[in-house]
Amino acid sequence: MQTIEERKQEVIDDFSMYDEWLDKYEYLIEKGRLLPPFPEGEKTEDKLIKGCQSRVWLDCSLRDGRLYFTADSDAIITRGIISLLIGVYSGATPAEIAADDFAFVDTIGLRQNLSPTRAGGLASMIETIRRVAREHVEGKEDE
Amino acid sequence: MEIEQVRALFPGLDAQVYGKPLVYFDNAATSQRPLSVVRAFEESSLHANANLHRAVHCLAETATRAYEDTRDAVRAFIGAAHREEIIFTAGTTAAVNLLAFSFGEAFVGEGDEIIVTEAEHHSNLVPWQLLCLRKKAVLKVLPVDDSGHLRVDLLPALLTDRTRLLAVAQVSNVLGLAAPLPQIIRAAHARGCAVFVDGAQGIVHDGVDVQALDCDFYAFSGHKMYAATGTGVLYGKKKWLEAMPPYQSGGEMIGTVRWDGTTFAPLPAKFEAGTQNINGVPTLVPAIEMFRLLSDGALREYAGRVSDRLAEGLAARGDIHLYGTPSAPGEKIPLYSFTVEGVHHEDLALVLDKMGFAVRSGQMCAEPLMDRFGVTGMVRVSLLPYNTMEEVERFLDALDVAVTMLRG
Repeated sequence: MQTIEERKQEVIDDFSMYDEWLDKYEYLIEKGRLLPPFPEGEKTEDKLIKGCQSRVWLDCSLRDGRLYFTADSDAIITRGIISLLIGVYSGATPAEIAADDFAFVDTIGLRQNLSPTRAGGLASMIETIRRVAREHVEGKEDE
Repeated sequence: MEIEQVRALFPGLDAQVYGKPLVYFDNAATSQRPLSVVRAFEESSLHANANLHRAVHCLAETATRAYEDTRDAVRAFIGAAHREEIIFTAGTTAAVNLLAFSFGEAFVGEGDEIIVTEAEHHSNLVPWQLLCLRKKAVLKVLPVDDSGHLRVDLLPALLTDRTRLLAVAQVSNVLGLAAPLPQIIRAAHARGCAVFVDGAQGIVHDGVDVQALDCDFYAFSGHKMYAATGTGVLYGKKKWLEAMPPYQSGGEMIGTVRWDGTTFAPLPAKFEAGTQNINGVPTLVPAIEMFRLLSDGALREYAGRVSDRLAEGLAARGDIHLYGTPSAPGEKIPLYSFTVEGVHHEDLALVLDKMGFAVRSGQMCAEPLMDRFGVTGMVRVSLLPYNTMEEVERFLDALDVAVTMLRG
């Protein structure tokens, strides 16, 4: 199984294949299209990520000490972005995610190439993934 | 004057984004500035940067003259009867907040009513909502129909003897349709209700004559009509403004200040607390000159053809839903809000941006209107007379490419 770092490198490599941001968007759109949609009934308020202009839902489950994320959005590029994020972090342990710096989104220039509102949305997505991981880490300490 | 000559007056239009020529279609948010406006700002900053009115020195005198001459120019531009009816504000939002507070203090009590329309920008909605909360007054809403027209037929039933003020946009920032203001104002006045007209979108396209219109209040922003940001105007009939208490206090708006009480300056200073926008306000003069220049017959005719072509091109696509369908020629400004089936508004704006097109997406500060049409947002393209036929053709082609890309 790949590590977070290996999966990040894969994304960085994928992104570096395209010079134009329009092509990078095409890549994100493709990723978004491949993300399995949430069943309508699971798009609930508690899974909605606050701070995104387009709606983003995120869910996660813990299996064998690892976090697995599912997500959806009503906008295709946002679907691509959240798909990219959960592709990297799904299957990692809460401690690994909580300790991660998420700097690869800057390496690929994602944050800088989004509109300010979208960049805010990206920050909210990252914050939510981080918070979920931290809650699991803290929960474990409590036991 | 040819369109190329017009564009040469706006250096900001000649820009590249992501290595592609910029097509600026977000004019309803902010217009690009002509060099004359930039120069006026620079001139004021370099050679007339001093506080107004009070100081006796030469620089203050120059700055004061530029500021007060602008008041005269604005008075003439909007057809007000008196110069003291022109209050400079930071923009339309600031003007509505001033009005909602001061008019509310003077004339609105518990059980009184304010009417807004369903097509208002949040800036002409939330200040009234807050006023009603403060005064335990009732906020009533004049709805729009499916074509985006105000249901003026419902207005007589909505107006009562308790209705103190009706707030309506000259032109909706989402639908682009001009409100039937004479009809609305007549109906309101017949019931003793004052009318505020939000001219933020209307003025740069249609201008205004506040006396002919007989509205009680009118506001507009400088930055949407070629002037510097942070400039704006609240017009009010003298009889109202004189009866209203100040909004903010301090600075030149005082008469005398004593520990046992303070009196206030007469109009217009009463409503201009603090240091004025010394460098910004004088840019309204070249902005007004630009408005007049671009109102030239041949340019207007060209702008009309450009707008028609855009409307046609959008309407020709079966998968586009346009909001705000005009029922008479000249009723719609060159502003088109739409949704594309199966494509999220934000995705479309993002892809268009990377292709060089600046358009607006989202709820456009009009959430109740988005709810009314059952959408989470729209894409809006808005033009000014410096936009060209070629830009529109390129946009329509780019739209095809973007939609295909997003829909797959």
